[in-house]
This record gives sequence, C-alpha cells and structure tokens, in this order.
Amino acid sequence: MSAELKNTMSFSEEQSMLLDTAVEFCKAASPIAEVRDLVLTDSGVRADVWQQIVDLGWTGVAVPEDFGGSDLGLAAVVPLAESMGRHLFGGPFVATQLATQTLVAGANAEQQAHWLPKIVAGSAATIAFAENDGSWDLQAISTTLTAGVLSGSKTLVLDAQIAELIAISVRVDGQVAIALLPSAAIPTTQISRDVVLDETRRSYSVVLDGVRVEPDQLITGAAAAAALQATEQAAWLLHAADACGGIHATIDLVVEYLNTRTQFGRKIGSYQALKHPTVDMLMGLERARSHVYHAASLLSAQDDAEVALRMAKAESDDAYNFAADRAIQFHGGFGFTYECDAQLYLRRALWLQYQFGDSPYHWAALQPLLLGN
Amino acid sequence: MSELAEFRSEVSAWLSENRPAEPDFLLPETFMEVGTDSQFHYLRDWQQQVYEAGYLGMSWPREYGGGGKPQALQDIVTAEMARLNTPFMMNTIGLNWAGPLILSRGSEDEKQRYIQAILSASEIWCQGFSEPDHGSDLGSVQTRAVRDGDDYIVNGSKIWTSLGQHAKHMILLARTDPDASNKYAGLSFFLAPMESPGIEVQPIRKLTGEFGFNQTFFNDARIPATCRMGAEGEGWQVAMSTLTFERGVSGGQAGGTSMIAMKVADVVELARRAKRHGKPAIEDPWVRDQLVRFLSEEQGDRLATARAKHPALVVDRPGALALSGKLRHTEHRRRLCQFAIALQGANGARYMGDAQAIEGGKWQRSYFNAFSATIGGGTSQVQANIIGERVLGLPKH
Repeated sequence: MSAELKNTMSFSEEQSMLLDTAVEFCKAASPIAEVRDLVLTDSGVRADVWQQIVDLGWTGVAVPEDFGGSDLGLAAVVPLAESMGRHLFGGPFVATQLATQTLVAGANAEQQAHWLPKIVAGSAATIAFAENDGSWDLQAISTTLTAGVLSGSKTLVLDAQIAELIAISVRVDGQVAIALLPSAAIPTTQISRDVVLDETRRSYSVVLDGVRVEPDQLITGAAAAAALQATEQAAWLLHAADACGGIHATIDLVVEYLNTRTQFGRKIGSYQALKHPTVDMLMGLERARSHVYHAASLLSAQDDAEVALRMAKAESDDAYNFAADRAIQFHGGFGFTYECDAQLYLRRALWLQYQFGDSPYHWAALQPLLLGN
Repeated sequence: MSELAEFRSEVSAWLSENRPAEPDFLLPETFMEVGTDSQFHYLRDWQQQVYEAGYLGMSWPREYGGGGKPQALQDIVTAEMARLNTPFMMNTIGLNWAGPLILSRGSEDEKQRYIQAILSASEIWCQGFSEPDHGSDLGSVQTRAVRDGDDYIVNGSKIWTSLGQHAKHMILLARTDPDASNKYAGLSFFLAPMESPGIEVQPIRKLTGEFGFNQTFFNDARIPATCRMGAEGEGWQVAMSTLTFERGVSGGQAGGTSMIAMKVADVVELARRAKRHGKPAIEDPWVRDQLVRFLSEEQGDRLATARAKHPALVVDRPGALALSGKLRHTEHRRRLCQFAIALQGANGARYMGDAQAIEGGKWQRSYFNAFSATIGGGTSQVQANIIGERVLGLPKH
C-alpha cells in the first residue's frame, strides 16, 4: 500500500494570469462557427490565430529561458490547454507541447539549441510514438533504426503535415531511442491522413522505411527513457486539461438548451430526469479539474505524480464522455443531427479517451500503485 | 518546526493520550445513531473532556465560552481527530447549526445563555425542521405555533429529532401564519425548550433494527415568545442560514468531527482480511477496480477542499464545490458501505448478532445508517435540485 496521497494544490500568479488571458483569448479566437469552418480545412488551424498564440508567448511557456522561453514549466501549460479544450481548438499546440517535453527532458544541449528556439518562434512540432498495434505502452516499439536507416511506421501522429520536427520513438540494437527528425526528411508520399472521430484534429500515419537519421539527431539511453516518460506524463496531463475545458463547454451547451427548449408545457431543464444528470456532469467536472490542477502542482514541485496524473486522465475521460454522451441525448432529435454542436464535444471526448491510455487502462494501472500486487 | 506543526503534534499527543478506552458496545457512527444511554454518556463525557482541554469551539468568541483563536487551529484539531479516528463530538446540532446561528444573529443574552453549554455538551440540542409528511420540503412545514400572550402554543410533530430524548433545546421551524402570501412567509423560527409541557419524544426504530431517532409530538405545548429567533414570518430565512452552516458554505461551525470518518483505506484493509469466493477479496479484479475508483473519488473530494482555497480556480461556477459537499460526501459514503458488504461475497448476507458476520456486521449497519445522511438535511435529490438551480441556473418549473 502506498503512503497517503498528498493534497498539494498550488496555483501561481503566473498561472492565474495565463488562465485569465487564455479564457478571453480562446473565447474570441475560436467561436463555434470558426471551429466548424476549420473542420473543412487541411491544416485545421488558422495561421493568424497560431501567430497570435506565438505572440502571446504560449509556445515558450514550458521552454527554459536559455532558449527564449519563459520557463514556467508544464503546470503553466495546463490553463492554456484547458481553455483551448473549452473552445475545441484544433491546431498543433498540444503536439508541439509534447515534443517540447521530449526535447526538454531528453535532448542534449545542441539538439535543444537547434529546436527549442524555433518552437518558441512558432515552428510546430509533434511526436510519433504510436504504432499500428494500438498499444499504449510506449516501450512497445517495432520501428527500428539500423545503420542510420529507419524501418517501420507510426500512426496517429498529430499535425505531421505542418510540424517541422517529428520526434520518433525507435529501437536501435534493441534499445529505445528517439529520433529528432526534420519532417522534410520524410517524403510527403509516405505521410497519409488518418480518418479520426474528432474532425478538429489532424492525425497522420507515417511510413518511415528508408528514411535516414543522422547520429546527432538521436536521443539514446537514459535520456531517451526520461524523454518518453516526461512526454507521456505531459500527454496525460494536457489531454486531461483539454477534457476539463470540454466538459465545461458541454455543460454550458446543455444548460442553455435546457433553459430554452420547452416540452409538455415546461422548460425541459425543470425535469429532474435531465436536471440531475446535468448536476452529475458538473460533479464530474469539478472532480476531474481538482485532479488535474493537483497533478500539475505535483509536477511543479517535482514530486512523484504518476498516481495523480493517471487519476486525472481517467477521471476526466470518464467525466467528459458521460457529459458529451448525455449532451446528445438531452438535445433530443436535434442532438441526432450533425448540426447540433453536441457532437463536436462527443467526438473530442472520444478522441481524448483513446490518447495515451483510456480510463480502464489507467484504472487498471492504478491498482498495483495503490493496492499492491 | 512551524507553530502550526508544533500545535498539530501537541494535539495529536493529547488525543492519543486522552481518548476514551474502546467501549464494550458498538459505538454509533454519527449523532443520529445514539440509541442507548451508555452510548450517550460515553460520547457526552468525551466532548466535555475535549472542550475543557480547549480543543472545541476554538475560534468562537472567548466571552461566550469559545477559545478566541484562529480557525486554522481548530481545523488542525478536527483533522487530527479524523486522522486518529477518535469518537465524534456528539452535540452536533448545537455545534454545527444552533451555535453558529446564535453567534451570527442571536442577541447578547442568547449568546451568553447558550453557547458555552453547547460546547461543553451540558445542554444537548436537537433539530425540529422535518415533518413526517413533508420530509425535505421544509417550506411545507405544518406544525403550528399560535401566539398566546407571552407564549406560543405549538401543535404538530417533527421527525428525525435525533437526541430528542436527551435534548434541552430544539431549533424549531413552525408555521405562525397559515394565511401568509406564500408558504415560506408564514414560518417562524424558535430556540424551543424541550422541557415545555406538551412535548413528547417517541423513539423510532430504524432500518438497522436499532433505536436512535425520534418523532417529537407537540400537544398544546407552550413555549415562551422570547425564544423566537428573528421576526415572525422570518423563519424560512433563519432556517436557510442554518442549512448553509450545515452545508459548510459560510463556515462558523465549532469544529471537531461529527461522525466516525470512513476512509476508503479502511475498506482496502477490509478487503485484505475478508474473503470473497474463497480468496482474499483484495485479489478479486472487480474489487480492485472498484477500490481504485473509490480512492480517486475520495482524493477528488480532498482536492476540492484544497482547490477551493484558490479563488482563480473556482470562479467559473461559484458555489459548485461548496454547495455540493453534502451530496458528494454522503453519496460517496453510502456507495462505499454498500461496496464494503459486496466484497464480502457470501458472508455479505450476515448481520449484527451473527457469530460469522464479518467484523460484527458493522459494515452492514454502516450501509443502512448511511441513508440517514443521504436523506436527512435535504435528500440527495433535493441537493441535486439546489445545485442544478443555484449553481447551473436550471429552471425550477
């Protein structure tokens, strides 16, 4: 049995300011009509909005000062990811943050100096860790690097088309390594778009056969393991934060409809069959959000955050999927249509659920951590 | 060591040294389950001892018997009591409802008269809000109070009057004006003396099979008009403010634990001891899955308290955390107790009195008793209405 869980909750002045800015900016930059317009585009992001994100300094929030960032750490990215999730942002922000974590945790000084300033300045980056077998175990890597040449393929790679850097997990002589590959090194014919539930996301499969990797582009040994772990934990946290924002928006959508729609002579929100599950959505949000900000606090304090992060991911996935599922149902016939915005949130909820371990996966992983073997 | 940390270890030492010996009877888990005289005296003595040591009502004003100290100190004591699982502070209605109410809107005389006796448990309080026919709908209270000179004459009955047989006073909600413009406007609030002639307390047997709660009957009971709190017709507002103390919105409670804390860790330990289908329950995949979910839920509640201290993290839905505390905690406990029986497998069917019952059948009793909290003080369904309407802005009708 593990020691008693901590209840650390820190929220700095900087985080608070970022949250305020993010709430305002994301609301203005991503009205729902805009979200729907972007679904029809290739990149899924508006260049001017991305530039504004860069100008706000958000791409450098978790980058050390030496490389032009503000060095506030991953915890400061949480309010940003949450606000973006609330407004269904597409675009390469999350993927770039994950690649940033790979670089900060594992890359050597030259590699960091090469990539991090570019990221701060607005270059998109992404990670290619997942493979076709669908395993969430980041050690399950069949892509190999032999004599400087890759063999294998990766899938569910976010924003591969616009990312300048793709961090690829590989095995070299059986050992885990990460290749920091400029995307230009991969022939465009080897990059194909995945069809995924969440139409605001851009996800790709990448065939790596024959692609060359230079020795100075590799992260190896303990640094590679550290990079994988940091990236995975960041993914749990940022996806959970995105979900919290999404649940918030889902509740807003439902509450508005329940206050508008009349059936059998009454506002439908007055029916407890709809009112009480909506309260359950709120309870789910509040719990998930507490877990998310707690996990972020532990990471800031450089405490062991695995339990907190897994709880945050599992709770937020469960809460978002419940909320979005009920949001469809509560919109009645309209909820069944593509036109109803509830589907946008349900698709995002499902997308997040299957990123870096769904809730059953994390609940199972928590068992040995909390109960022993 | 910081001053607070020093205080914490002082409290911890005192509690460990002075906690009463385990009794030879099964203790109740909340004030609502005090069914026998031996349980009553055991708990009353303990509260008195805690108060005399200066560990109860620490933040209440010194001139009325409180400690006049920062709330942070009382919070430490309460947390240590929970951690060490010491018996709870039995005069719950006085400490958490009547006391804060009297301090916030009582007269000087009332503060002098009542506060210290609440803390020392020399005067026990009970609650007279709910009625047999109206349950959580306090606005429909039918018990009548009719002004007669310097008195009111009260007729009707109240249910859930836990500790009624021991209580010196009742916080009573009664209808003084049946013709008021709306049902809320006709109510008044009293600090009613239970010794008044015409008040009769009748014990009710609970679903556990034990006694511990009551119905209180008023037959032309005469109570002095001076014990009314607030103006005639203001009873609803006064009663609502006591409910906010209960729901922990505005603080002001005297402190101390008011129930035996039940932690998921206790159920984890039970799962190690108990067998399910011939094997330690802790090895059962379903049990393990449920346990981690309960642990996460419990942790979420602890974190809610921590998060509520950061205004920036609760601005979106003000009141969401504070108003949902009762719903979250009571439903969590009910489901946890239900699960604690389920993990026992075939032995889950046994009950108190059976020699084979796991831990004397206490989990079965806990499950039954858990309903007192999901029903009393506004059922979970009423809580959900309140949250839906006040926090989310959903329509009432």
